[in-house]
Amino acid sequence: MVKVAHVQLSSCCGCLVSLADTYEQLLDVLGAIDLVYSQTLADVREIPDDVDIVLLEGSVCLSDHHAMEVALESRKKGKILVALGACAASGNITRFSKGNQMSKPVHDSFAPLTEVVKCDLAIPGCPPSPESIVAVVLAALNGDMEYLEPYAELAKYGSEACGCDLIVKVINKSLCMGCGSCAAACPTRAVSMDAGRPLVDKEICIKCGACSVQCPRIRFPELIEKIE
Amino acid sequence: MDPFGKYIKAVSARAADKEILKKAQDGGIVSAAYIYGLENGLLDGVIIADKEDGFAAAPKVATTREEILNAAGTKYTVCPNLSVVKSAVREYGCDKLGFVGTPCQVRSIRKAIKYPVGYRHVPDKIALIMGIFCMENFPYNGMKAIVEEHCGIKMDDVVKTDIGKGKFWVYSKWGDVKTIPLKDTHPYEQGSCHVCMDYTAELADISTGSVGSPDGWSTIFVRTAKGEEYLNKMVEAGALETKEIDAVKPGLGLVEKLALTKKEKNGKEVEHRKEIGLPVPY
Repeated sequence: MVKVAHVQLSSCCGCLVSLADTYEQLLDVLGAIDLVYSQTLADVREIPDDVDIVLLEGSVCLSDHHAMEVALESRKKGKILVALGACAASGNITRFSKGNQMSKPVHDSFAPLTEVVKCDLAIPGCPPSPESIVAVVLAALNGDMEYLEPYAELAKYGSEACGCDLIVKVINKSLCMGCGSCAAACPTRAVSMDAGRPLVDKEICIKCGACSVQCPRIRFPELIEKIE
Repeated sequence: MDPFGKYIKAVSARAADKEILKKAQDGGIVSAAYIYGLENGLLDGVIIADKEDGFAAAPKVATTREEILNAAGTKYTVCPNLSVVKSAVREYGCDKLGFVGTPCQVRSIRKAIKYPVGYRHVPDKIALIMGIFCMENFPYNGMKAIVEEHCGIKMDDVVKTDIGKGKFWVYSKWGDVKTIPLKDTHPYEQGSCHVCMDYTAELADISTGSVGSPDGWSTIFVRTAKGEEYLNKMVEAGALETKEIDAVKPGLGLVEKLALTKKEKNGKEVEHRKEIGLPVPY
């Protein structure tokens, strides 16, 4: 049985809710794995040694040594470390933290997990869809590296994300054909379509990266071509 | 080079319903498939490219025959069909959604299904993916320049546009028919179309377009088991009239010629972009 741990740092539980939102698929997932650590779903106090997959949600508060230790511990104990959700993958809304927030005013620096320790996979999105979490976990169980490749790339390079990606990486590069994939992917409706191009409301964008990750013109893995 | 991508069979077809044929661009395949799906419980909502003021296109979720018929016809301008997919599922509560799009949009929806990072509870709701043949597309203002500057017809007066016989055609509600040679429209195409290597919507369940079939008919590629089952049901129910593709003129040869023209021309553009260090879709 594959041992999976769900670890939380500075996060809202949304990724965990998304994992639990898989309905009957959750049973398939839970049936296929041994959930050895999850503060919400399992009564275990310590992350066990030799976990196969660590799903870590949330960003790392650099001014909190506990958070740093948990990040390092997760890296050490997990064979595969997955930055689960936009906070862990690219910073997300915690990018806007600048201290003075209650209840700990001295906490001012939040970095995504991908910037603190080496991650194997990163699943962006706020939260990532249940389907994508299940697909990644099952692919990791089956060793389907071809499917996981885009998530591995995001773990390596995905430390920043926001609606600006659409302008910088797609429109400015003459790649946007106006499909609207980004607008549908945006969880906060910060992206609307104006004259066939995305228009990003910077006041609403939370920097989750769903829009650019979903764009077929930035990344189109070859395996999508296989249809049946 | 493979011109069409994977397919199970190709046929020439048109809708059996006269009302659909009257409003449709060619054989009315998309309208017929949508209406058949809604009326027979195969679909409970469909994405359409609706006509707005000034002959602009806007994506909508349709649930009735009337909405589909009102939107029938090609607009040749950008219409972000993907952008309403999630609201179809969330706000309209669609469980069996019909999607239609250009080849690039079909690729987008396939990516959303395979890598659904921001598409919670969407992948399993897509019941049918239809693709339309596409050489290139115009931004709305590019289209406006062609219609108003070159053809002298106001966008508000346009009732139909068409591409055929090497020309771009505009029909006004006053009965005017104006054309310009297709080569004069090239400067108004959106640049991003020039890196697209897909003419026949190779990843759709069913692809369709006028090229290859006689006037009033459309060519269909059935690509997936799902598409085949759907099409067979339509034919059995008498919603579609079909002919062997080999029995019609000009036939698949012309589709092949156009598909290869697009792939060769855009393949060069992709190579050129690589040479000067610009990213390409990969």
